[in-house]
Amino acid sequence: MAEVVGIGAAPRRKEDFRFVTGRGNYVADIVRPGMAFGAFLRSVHAHAEIGAVDTAAAAAMPGVRAVFTGADMAADGVGGLPVGWGIVGRDGLPMKEPPHPALAVGKVRYVGDAVAFVVADTLEAARAAAEAIVVDYRPLPAVVDMAAALTPGSPLVFDDVPGNLCCDWELGDAIAVDKAFAKAAHVARLKLVNNRLIGNPMEPRAAIGEYNAGTGQYTLWTTSQFPHVVRLLMGEFVLHIPQHRLRVVAPDVGGGFGVKQFHYAEEAVVTWAAGKLACPVKWVCERSEGFISDAHGRDHVTEAALALDAEGRFLGMKVETLANMGGYLSTFGPNIPTNLYAPLLSGVYTTPAIHCSVKVVFTNTVPVDAYRGAGRPEATFVVERLVDVAAIEMGIDKAEIRRRNMIPAEAYPYQTPVLVEYDSGNPRACLDRVVELADVAGFPARREASAKAGKYRGLGFSTYVEACGLAPSRLAGQLGARGGLYESATVRVHPTGQVTVLIGTHNHGQGHETTFAQIVSDKLGVPFDQVDIVFGDTDKVQFGMGTYGSRSLVVGGAALSKASDKVILKARKIAAHLLEAAEQDVVFENGKASVAGTDRAKTFAEIAGAAYVPHNYPLETLEPGLEEQAYYDPVNFTYPGGAHVAEVEIDPETGVVTLAAYTAVDDVGTVINPMIVEGQIHGGIIQGVGQALFEHGVYDPDSGQLLSGSFMDYCMPRADDLPKMTTTTQSTQCAHTPMGVKGCGECGTIGSPAAVINAVVDALAPLGVKHVDMPASPGRIWHLMRNAGLAQAAE
Amino acid sequence: MDISFTLNGRETAVDVPPATLLVELLRERLGLTGTHVGCDTSQCGACVVHVDGRSVKSCTMLAVSADGCAVTTVEGLSPDGRTLHPMQQAFRDCHGLQCGFCTPGMMMSATDFAASHPAPTEAEVRHWLEGNICRCTGYQNIVKSVIAGAAAMHQGTEA
Ligand code: FES
Ligand code: FES
Repeated sequence: MAEVVGIGAAPRRKEDFRFVTGRGNYVADIVRPGMAFGAFLRSVHAHAEIGAVDTAAAAAMPGVRAVFTGADMAADGVGGLPVGWGIVGRDGLPMKEPPHPALAVGKVRYVGDAVAFVVADTLEAARAAAEAIVVDYRPLPAVVDMAAALTPGSPLVFDDVPGNLCCDWELGDAIAVDKAFAKAAHVARLKLVNNRLIGNPMEPRAAIGEYNAGTGQYTLWTTSQFPHVVRLLMGEFVLHIPQHRLRVVAPDVGGGFGVKQFHYAEEAVVTWAAGKLACPVKWVCERSEGFISDAHGRDHVTEAALALDAEGRFLGMKVETLANMGGYLSTFGPNIPTNLYAPLLSGVYTTPAIHCSVKVVFTNTVPVDAYRGAGRPEATFVVERLVDVAAIEMGIDKAEIRRRNMIPAEAYPYQTPVLVEYDSGNPRACLDRVVELADVAGFPARREASAKAGKYRGLGFSTYVEACGLAPSRLAGQLGARGGLYESATVRVHPTGQVTVLIGTHNHGQGHETTFAQIVSDKLGVPFDQVDIVFGDTDKVQFGMGTYGSRSLVVGGAALSKASDKVILKARKIAAHLLEAAEQDVVFENGKASVAGTDRAKTFAEIAGAAYVPHNYPLETLEPGLEEQAYYDPVNFTYPGGAHVAEVEIDPETGVVTLAAYTAVDDVGTVINPMIVEGQIHGGIIQGVGQALFEHGVYDPDSGQLLSGSFMDYCMPRADDLPKMTTTTQSTQCAHTPMGVKGCGECGTIGSPAAVINAVVDALAPLGVKHVDMPASPGRIWHLMRNAGLAQAAE
Repeated sequence: MDISFTLNGRETAVDVPPATLLVELLRERLGLTGTHVGCDTSQCGACVVHVDGRSVKSCTMLAVSADGCAVTTVEGLSPDGRTLHPMQQAFRDCHGLQCGFCTPGMMMSATDFAASHPAPTEAEVRHWLEGNICRCTGYQNIVKSVIAGAAAMHQGTEA
């Protein structure tokens, strides 16, 4: 589009042309000269001592260049994978942080733990050789269940972590909560499970390491959401490569959802192996390998209670959670069920006293870390299920109990009892709107129609607030972050007036190339098709913390906005010189700098030309060139929120839950591109629906084998499982971000599980069902209905 | 084994080991990386191409079985690589893709379907796409794209 496309418009996405024509450039597509192929040998045991590892036969196979083990890496001084957040327990002691070698040393701690790495001329040769490695495993009893892991006498994942307890953490005022419960007219209680999920972006992970012996330069191509952070973590802590000798490239990445925002062992292994062998080494994860090596998500067991007065007003909330870390700490693992969870337990309500304790537990399972929403869907699920339980028990309408307890619009900014201060919001407006859009008034008639057809129908609400736009660095530092959480952007204006933006966030489906170009086009008045966005390469982009936690537009967009403002400032100075006017008389708008009140003006391209051909230019006071950079560190989190309604129909014959309708009203702040925002919300909702109805990472409690290790066993949402959703935004402006944006990437995933399960429970309420654990799969529902029927018959 | 087939309209002859999958031949040997691999259990549909006009999961077919066939990949959908096929245009217009990884398989599957369904219902599209997994979009805009793409493919052809 050869014109300005500004904020609020919905141009077609810039990135799509390469994708729809098959010209995307994903890591698996990349071929390097002289490239060799790698394959990992992974543990088949959940817990075992590693005795001798006999690699001789494998190393002697045709085409094999090397076989590496954990001992080889340790002998070479390679460090363990670092953790990006350290939390502190209620006893004031830091969490237990056992070493996490890239290839297992001494013991394997989950099925999938990498034991050895083979590099060969072909992938087939590498795989065949990996199978020829003989490992003398001495199997140990495994523990996958958190309660069992905490029980005295349980097998220990780490010998020096007693009780498998990584950290016993808490937030909130326990005494105030006890007082609230002491005066309660009613207490609603619930025990629930937040099911383990496997993120499964459609592109499996992949990595290529390369070493240039001539320059001493390493390059890693990786499927990452944050290449600069991988460079920092891997270079500094694992491989000890100085930052200026390490380039990390994350090209087109086929979805992330958190799964690709960790520094993974495989990245370090291929880079290290490339250095040892002086040839590029490529590894592409197979899906079944990804199931046992991509970090998993969620996996909480929670007991929660809500104290209410006689009118149904919330007095206090108490939450006790067990959170699974798996067999090692992943990059952000301990931060997710603590700092990103407990502060959201206030939801959109005025609950005056909240206390949350979290036991963070090691088990013999794949490490658990952030997955879309990361802590906030878990918190929302606890709050919104509890609210429904209270409403049912007290006989209060489910929308009404929410209204009665909501933070009123005029009470913002609102300080919660759990650390965070919401800057803006209007939850009541979202709820009222969704009630109308979902035709809640017409629900009884729809329920009757379903009943006539022999089906149960239910309607469920959920409201939510999340903390995103990660993050104010100082506050994050106080909470245990070991890095900063700002973002950076460079606006490079070319001599001819076109613009290249270099930004530290990473686009893997979110449409940054379009949204960010709109911001620049809007600010500088440059045609949309003359702005391109560069990301994902540490040799091109100055620095960046990457994309996760709905931060890209909030933090990256703010950096971009600031850098654009700096460009405008300089452009005005240049224009003032060219127009022989005082700087304060020059106004910049619509891509032109003009002297106020006259028709004397210079176009942006003319100004850029003067900056790079500075013949007539104030060289004494101004540097030539037109390129500005900004770093932005937010002053607070942003707090998107909303209200969702799900409607389900259940077939009593089969137990199949059909999502009949889904309506969402979200407050995401300023919308830059409504088409992209809607797409983000759609995708988010369906991932949450997946958690509620289909997806479940299941381990066998005895063997510690992952039972849901392929798309045959792990049920991904598919097109025919789903209804057409109705989504809209009802926004308040964020009070502290430059454009009023709040972020939208995780909204859907945070709001939807509770709405769907509340609807399922509502449908089955006539049978006396009070709670349904996720996923509400046909088998589980069928059993629940059968047992409920038997119980009713027995009464 | 020596095989020859038409690939995106061009005669192609290659010598492949008999166990080579069609997707491996396309991606690793012939450099057509638009066709993706998203799983190892024939579930995801990221690898769908056309063989003699029908959509096929290329991870599930041996390369040698393509001998004598006409194979079209996403790279062959737009004849000149510049003007988009109506289905490509529809995916772009309707925001039917986010990360783009499932997209080639989705479009190849959709064009096969749309060839015989000029005006499909939403339910028909959803049913057809059961074998293609997308993790990003929630499918809503993919369904919209397929309906729009089908209409555009048949524009001007109705009697
Ligand atoms: S790669 Fe998944 S079906 Fe072919
Ligand atoms: S667009 Fe990412 S998987 Fe479909």
